[in-house]
Amino acid sequence: MAHAAALAGGGRLVTRPTGPVRWAGAEPFPVAAAQQLEKQEQRDTLRRVTHHIRDKRAAVVSERDDWEELRRAGEQIKTRVLRHLDTYLEQAEKALTEAGVTVHWARDAEQANYIVHRLVAETGSEEVVKVKSMVTAEIGLNEYLAERGITPVETDLAELIVQMADDRPSHIVVPAIHRNRREIRDVLAEHMPGVDADLPDDPAALAAAARQHLRERFLRSRVAVSGANFVVAETGTLCIVESEGNGRMCLTLPERLISVVGIEKVVPTFADLEVFLQLLPRSSTGERMNPYTSLWTGATRGDGPQDLHVVFLDNGRTQALADPVGRQALRCIRCSACLNVCPVYERTGGHAYGSVYPGPIGAILTPQLRGMGDKVDRSLPFASTLCGACYEVCPVRIDIPRVLTHLRAQAVDHERRRFSRVGERAAFRLATAGLGNDLLYNAGLRLGLPLAHAVAGEDGFTGLPLAGARWTDSRDVVRPPRQSFRAWWKQQQDGGET
Amino acid sequence: MSAREEILDRVRSALADVPESEAPDDVAVPRDYRRDSPLGPDQLADLFVQVVEEYGATVRRVGPDGVTAALHDICAEHGVRSLVTPPGFPEQWVTGAGIVALRDGPPMSARTLDRADGVVTTAAVGIAETGTIVLVSGAGMGRRALTLVPDLHVCVVRSDQVVGTVPEAMDALARHRRAPITLVSGGSATSDIELERVEGVHGPRTLEVILLDIDEPV
Repeated sequence: MAHAAALAGGGRLVTRPTGPVRWAGAEPFPVAAAQQLEKQEQRDTLRRVTHHIRDKRAAVVSERDDWEELRRAGEQIKTRVLRHLDTYLEQAEKALTEAGVTVHWARDAEQANYIVHRLVAETGSEEVVKVKSMVTAEIGLNEYLAERGITPVETDLAELIVQMADDRPSHIVVPAIHRNRREIRDVLAEHMPGVDADLPDDPAALAAAARQHLRERFLRSRVAVSGANFVVAETGTLCIVESEGNGRMCLTLPERLISVVGIEKVVPTFADLEVFLQLLPRSSTGERMNPYTSLWTGATRGDGPQDLHVVFLDNGRTQALADPVGRQALRCIRCSACLNVCPVYERTGGHAYGSVYPGPIGAILTPQLRGMGDKVDRSLPFASTLCGACYEVCPVRIDIPRVLTHLRAQAVDHERRRFSRVGERAAFRLATAGLGNDLLYNAGLRLGLPLAHAVAGEDGFTGLPLAGARWTDSRDVVRPPRQSFRAWWKQQQDGGET
Repeated sequence: MSAREEILDRVRSALADVPESEAPDDVAVPRDYRRDSPLGPDQLADLFVQVVEEYGATVRRVGPDGVTAALHDICAEHGVRSLVTPPGFPEQWVTGAGIVALRDGPPMSARTLDRADGVVTTAAVGIAETGTIVLVSGAGMGRRALTLVPDLHVCVVRSDQVVGTVPEAMDALARHRRAPITLVSGGSATSDIELERVEGVHGPRTLEVILLDIDEPV
């Protein structure tokens, strides 16, 4: 794995501030998107499924006449936490410790993986059951454990499908969204030991097969790894929101439970959960409430794991926090509503973003967690039409278009002195001069438009050379008019007077 | 420097733009969302039944003497002869219906629970608008594994436990917040295949709710 980290003497970790987040071998967005767009079946599935979930969300949101008030409350609770994150983290640590939970801190992916591996290895177990979690995908925990002889068992159905197919997740909530029921049937039939060869492709039969496959693993599990949707600073309560019951199995049956939690997941009070437990299910799967929500505060004698650990993870979050515009991305509660409405995501799917965080939120989160050091990260803020649908549905009101343009400026600044940008720079200088001077501007129109009109012909520009090709390869330029609107208007007025 | 100190230091320097004098409560949180339901007790019970049933669960409304008969019917329907009962659950409801009560004390192993026909518990709170049953680890509801591993969960909810909204439920739960809490909305389900909700994955595949009307005129 391409970790920028190494173990120094005495087991201390010397690391770079950011971990994987992005998949190995990722291409810049335009290249990856072009490859994904070739997959016709995937496009059909994505279009159908994103529209379905959009409609469901819209229906349950419209039931709430106080939806806007809930969004504003959610936004402000998260803003309060982020602006005073040190206070809330210390409070959460104290409450967790008092409840009997061991709290660990990890600067980055490598350190978090090191801690989790040690905690699993201590139990002597060679297998760990996992609740679906974005943060353990972000740090590449499965690969880290597997390289050290521990089998991570994903227990969420879609995550299991992705793991069995050796595929990558393409959605935050539904990692196998890019696969239709027939493809999923084929994956399970091929990789699930003892499964019926005549397994039908209806979702109920597929879910039943997963139940049977995982039941024994749950019953024998001794150690589980989870993330957390929320951590309450006031009480040290952890909260996991799920559908299948695989989360409850992992949170209840093993002896040791390790929860990896991004430092931005803290909420101030137990009562604050009332806001997020309304916002999240409606935004995420379009349900009034998800099937199961678990809340636990330390260990309870005779009920569930007695040995609880929380690993607070930075992994670039403090870097995002340092940007007063960009930090709002840390309000994200991982609902995926922005993916489901995005016209770009709907067409390219999640793999094109090359990151565990795809879609609009990924386009602002990935470059902030990783920094703008390479061209793949710099390409992500441009993976948007800036239509604003993501902002409209975001349950915590993250102004994604605003952050996208802010990051675009940073991406441009990063490449300002590059030779490859000479042409672009010259073009913008010319534009600045022309647009800033009315004499030049009008002269340019008067001479340029008739010329462009003549050259373009009936069909407009369809195949410009050189840099122009980057536009005309995927779009036509309509034939320019002979004269500007203002020139035409003046002509009409003059004509009218005579 | 420890990772803890380093992360907290990074957080503090990242927040250099936040004025020293600003306290957490200075960031105003508008709470003008709806806290209470305008519905009366009867309407709340009706709404609760309707929304729970929309998840594909079955709800039976009974009077104070009707729990036993409802349990009998449920067990007959599913071919169940015994039910696991948590400590503090009124066992006479089960035995009165001619069903064997398997008391979870001393605690059964997960494998024993896996072989059980089903489990019956009480609830702590019902939420009408979301069709949610709230279970709090303890008397009548038992430990969390009881309502998770068996394939059938029968839950007896009293009508006076049904509140309208999620905020009302969180208020009611505040005094239980040290205990493990599980919010159950319909049976175990997945939307992982083409985002279609399918009932029945790892939790109990069948959820049967008995709504006990305690104010029913005799």
